[in-house]
Amino acid sequence: MSDLRSPSVRIDHDKCIAHKGCRTCIDVCPTDILALGPDGKVRMAFDECWFCLPCEHDCPTKAITVEIPYLLR
Amino acid sequence: MSDPKIIETDILVVGGGTAGPLAAIKAKAANPALRVLLLDKANVKRAGAIAEGMDSVNNAVIPGHATPEQYVREITIANDGIVNQRTIHAYAIRSHAMIRELDSWGVKFEKDATGEYAVRKVHHMGAYVLPMPEGYAVKKVIYKQIRKLGVEVTNRLITTRLLLARDGSVAGAMALDSRSGEFVVIQAKAVVLCTGSAGRLGLPASGYLFGTYENPTNAGDGYSMAYHAGAELSGLECFQINPLIKDYNGPACAYVTGPFGGYTVNAKGERFIKSDYWSGQMMLEFWRELESGNGPVFLKLDHLAEETVSRIENILHVTERPTRGRFHDGRGTDYRHDLVEMHISEIGLCGGHSASGVWVDENARTTVPRLYAAGDLCNVAHNYMLGAMVFGAIAGEDSARHWGGGDLPDYDPAQIEAERRRVFAPLERAEGLAPSQVEYKLRRMVNDYLQPPKITRKMEIGLERFAEIRADLDRMKANNPHELMRAMEVHAILDCAELAARASLYRQESRWGLYHYRPELPARDDGEWFCFVELRKGEDGRPHLFKRPVPEYVVPVAAAELYAYDQMRIDAAE
Repeated sequence: MSDLRSPSVRIDHDKCIAHKGCRTCIDVCPTDILALGPDGKVRMAFDECWFCLPCEHDCPTKAITVEIPYLLR
Repeated sequence: MSDPKIIETDILVVGGGTAGPLAAIKAKAANPALRVLLLDKANVKRAGAIAEGMDSVNNAVIPGHATPEQYVREITIANDGIVNQRTIHAYAIRSHAMIRELDSWGVKFEKDATGEYAVRKVHHMGAYVLPMPEGYAVKKVIYKQIRKLGVEVTNRLITTRLLLARDGSVAGAMALDSRSGEFVVIQAKAVVLCTGSAGRLGLPASGYLFGTYENPTNAGDGYSMAYHAGAELSGLECFQINPLIKDYNGPACAYVTGPFGGYTVNAKGERFIKSDYWSGQMMLEFWRELESGNGPVFLKLDHLAEETVSRIENILHVTERPTRGRFHDGRGTDYRHDLVEMHISEIGLCGGHSASGVWVDENARTTVPRLYAAGDLCNVAHNYMLGAMVFGAIAGEDSARHWGGGDLPDYDPAQIEAERRRVFAPLERAEGLAPSQVEYKLRRMVNDYLQPPKITRKMEIGLERFAEIRADLDRMKANNPHELMRAMEVHAILDCAELAARASLYRQESRWGLYHYRPELPARDDGEWFCFVELRKGEDGRPHLFKRPVPEYVVPVAAAELYAYDQMRIDAAE
């Protein structure tokens, strides 16, 4: 985990339905970097994104936007 | 620490990406009474190199377009003759049936107006590329078959070592649950390793550890596990090096754009290679172009019609690496009027793209009884996605038939405690080095000392640095099971780095273009080195290197034809 001040996986918590039990993005992430925070909201927990998009594509409410990590942009 | 969780199964398949699901499906289909467990460190639904899909089959052998014999000849030539043709032939004769089976499951392949597969030409000689217009769905289609057949699936387990039976065969595997931190022992009658390439070996030029071409979950775990189980590894000096979009570090991709008229040019806008098919010879010409001052090298699409560019975007920006479009948008790159800057990737080990992997025969058997390997992990040259599926299928069927009966092999339980101590040490240590820092330094050293051209003195220094980093493994500190998984991956990456250096030093010639280019030994030496370079862990615990003769060809290749890939360069005078 290096720097998550500006996480490249952005989650719109107004759309996210993790509080209803949804774990889709957490389940499909190959590098397992998305986690449920203590506040019940999904957040990027490790700076290990492969920008592959299953989280964004499989999200039932389209709450996720994946940006290209800053170092590659 | 609590006792390990023990799981019993008949056939254990490690890796749920491309080869693994087919191995599990075919093992279960061969004998539905067997327990088949498919395990992945991620989630089988979205695991492996094709987590997000694949936009084309690169090596379809379809009647009317190619014959198995043609394909075997093509790959023999593409790999400078160092192939076990029996394995390539075993793939080729099942290639068409595999496509038809995938088609029947719901995978969409491009067809022409008459309903025939629309095969395209990218390779140096034959035509083997078949687009997959809805390739983003391939994992989902296969997952349905896994469920339908009753294959058991376990996710988020990273396998760290194979369990060895008392007779030297394999009795299962040991794994870490990267979420709960639980230690798991899986007993099995046979193990099929499908853990993919060693894709986190070199450091991407961006410096971002996870900005790799391969799915970064493919850290080389399987190479390390097979090595420590005593299996023979093959061709680790035949690196994977790819022409990728600079900084994005993903494919451009020549297999998609080539048939539409895209091609590679230098800074003057001139073509300099005859074929964009990925080979070491092509990469060498790419490197020479950069060295000559004619670079950068670009992918050129700006001459194509609007509708063609749109079709390319609809494939390239949707499947396999769908963030390509997002990357280009960020830099204001539009294929219609901009060239796409390309570069030479960091090194990796991969059977599917080059030829480095665990040695297998035409039944996907390794040199250790009860142990199989398939997909990018095995050494079947240029096997790609469809080859991974076919070899997975072969491994699944053979393991079920050969080992499905009988009892679980007996093993020494002491190895479980030893492995548990190794795995959990970074968690139990009070303080130490961050696994990500050790990984960064290791992979930077891989770039500094192993990236071709390969220089003897540099590789020797690299081995010294790797030995120092090996001592650092015992200083790593993990704060949670996730970091512990990363720490165990660093162990595997280091094994791959050391073995790749040793194999590269052992082969005293140049071969496969840039993949094994040694300027001190610039010529190919067929007298001494028309053979495989193999290694296995010796009785002394050290890597033991040796030559393995190239098995007699089943498809003859004329001497004049064998090095056709040498003529890759288009001379400026032409």
